[in-house]
Amino acid sequence: MIAWLQSRAGLWTAGGFAFLLVLPAILPELMPANQASFWLGNIFGRAIVFGIIAMSLTFLATYGGFVSLAQMSVAGVAGYVVAITVNGAAPSIVGGLAYMTAIPLGIVAAVLAALFVGVVSVRTRDIYLLMITLALAMGFFRFVETNIAWFNGYEGIRNVLGPTVFGLPFRDPHVIYYVSLLLAATLYGGVLYLVRSPFGLVLQGIRDNPRRIAALGYNVALHRVAAFGVAGFIAGCGGVMMTIYNIGISPGSVGLGATINVLIMSVIGGLGHPIGAFIGSLIFAFFDTFAATIYDRNRFNTLIGVVFLAIVLVSPDGVIGLAKRSYAYLKAKSAPQRWDKPT
Amino acid sequence: MTLQLTLTILLNGLTLAALYFIVASGFSLIFGLMRTVNMAHGSLYMVGAYVGYAVFEPLYDQDVWYAWYVGLVAGMAIAAVLGVAMQKTVLGWMQGQELRQALVTIGISIIVADQLLANFGATSRQFFAPDAIFGASFVPGVGRYPTFRLFQIGVAIAVGIGLWLLLNRTKVGLMIRAGVDDRDILSACGVNVPLVNIVVFALGAALAGLGGVIGATAQPLAQGVDGRFLLISLVVVIVGGMGSITGTAIGAILVGLAEQVGQALFPTYSVILTFVIMVVVLALRPQGIMGRAR
Repeated sequence: MIAWLQSRAGLWTAGGFAFLLVLPAILPELMPANQASFWLGNIFGRAIVFGIIAMSLTFLATYGGFVSLAQMSVAGVAGYVVAITVNGAAPSIVGGLAYMTAIPLGIVAAVLAALFVGVVSVRTRDIYLLMITLALAMGFFRFVETNIAWFNGYEGIRNVLGPTVFGLPFRDPHVIYYVSLLLAATLYGGVLYLVRSPFGLVLQGIRDNPRRIAALGYNVALHRVAAFGVAGFIAGCGGVMMTIYNIGISPGSVGLGATINVLIMSVIGGLGHPIGAFIGSLIFAFFDTFAATIYDRNRFNTLIGVVFLAIVLVSPDGVIGLAKRSYAYLKAKSAPQRWDKPT
Repeated sequence: MTLQLTLTILLNGLTLAALYFIVASGFSLIFGLMRTVNMAHGSLYMVGAYVGYAVFEPLYDQDVWYAWYVGLVAGMAIAAVLGVAMQKTVLGWMQGQELRQALVTIGISIIVADQLLANFGATSRQFFAPDAIFGASFVPGVGRYPTFRLFQIGVAIAVGIGLWLLLNRTKVGLMIRAGVDDRDILSACGVNVPLVNIVVFALGAALAGLGGVIGATAQPLAQGVDGRFLLISLVVVIVGGMGSITGTAIGAILVGLAEQVGQALFPTYSVILTFVIMVVVLALRPQGIMGRAR
């Protein structure tokens, strides 16, 4: 831990986290109060919430090589279970549970859904896995859209206000922000820890050469499904936060657009390190908010599509890869100058 | 359920399957040869339908009999042009990087869908079939049935036979089948593989455009059909097997029938039936019913 903090990556992470911790105090100094709360809730807060869901995809893609498009649906399962079971949601479908019970239930459901996705796709790889998970995601979307009895169809379920935390209502932008930030930081630390554990190493071995790992005596299928379960836990946490953040959930939250948005966030940030998910979701939230000023009020999708396309064409490993290469380039550029210096 | 109703549902399933086959065969063809998962296939469908409609509408207002046919050709042509442009400009030089190609085509589909919304708005549109295939015909056991839907089955059969003849009886087909097995050796034999790729991409995209015009004649065309037909194409080729025409036909029939039967028996859960089929096939034969093991 100490050694990691002394490394460059560790310093950056700790610095970034410290910055986000004090951000709510800095923002009002830089801009009027209403703008500060907008930036906190609608840009940084949202980026963190969706960054958690995007991180579940980044985890699978980076360490397992599985580009699963079902992560938004898994998050949606958690969100829907909370919305269905919790007290006060409208319409009340099952109801009766407090948030303390409904939230763990939602996360368990998300893990089970993710394990199911893992089992269904266990014999496929790469592009096939992407197609199958996309098909499953679209199936889930069409199911919740058409089913009235459990999911209230097209309307979805509203009024999921969230619990009170230490006597404070969840709707306070600061509460949502800090809960998401601490949750994200915990999950992020968990992912970094997990990938150094024996399980994480086997997972990376499966990514590089599943046959060799199988020959070493590891159960490849079991490790793969377990990785989906871990990602499901992360996505489930994100899904619960997303549902409370949006004060409810509707099919639109798990549709093709939302599914692709998670992919866009992960890819823009960079599939290569979990931090990419948060960088990508921040860039996404930024473009989403300012598309009207940058290009055209209603053409957000064209703008984000062009940005996405540019990133995929120029730097398949996203902004992180771009930064790494620029760093290496600058270093290489400054290196020859040392030759000139007399020693 | 009466016999007549059962037969009607089955016929509905088959006509739907016909449309699915037309669209998915293009997707399967492109994937079979190039290993390119064209996530913009639904967008090609939608572009074909909208542009076809834009050509069809003024002609229809002038009341000329060939309006629909011209719209059909225009829809296929624009889809083919767009497909070739995609292959030429971006997909061609990243051949072999399947995931990157999938991501690129997703990016293209986002932009195309948004631009179509900007240019055509959100109002739904529907072609009027020409007089020759308009109205209803008598089908034994079913009674009166829309002629256009029967025509749809005819088109699908023609497409299926045409593709089979092309792949198995022509020189281009020989090259395509050789390319599926070993691109490098085909290239070493002096065949211009990038050109074959472009021909296949044009053909696959034109089939999406054909499906677009036919689909927009049978049911209204609105924003969002790109996602629907991308999903259908994915499920059909996952079930039927990648790159196999027969497999695509089997997959389309299974999915089309499952959708109609499901909607008749348990309306709000019908979507699940389609996915149960997909999951069962994946569990038993991951490469699809007619797919070759790799």
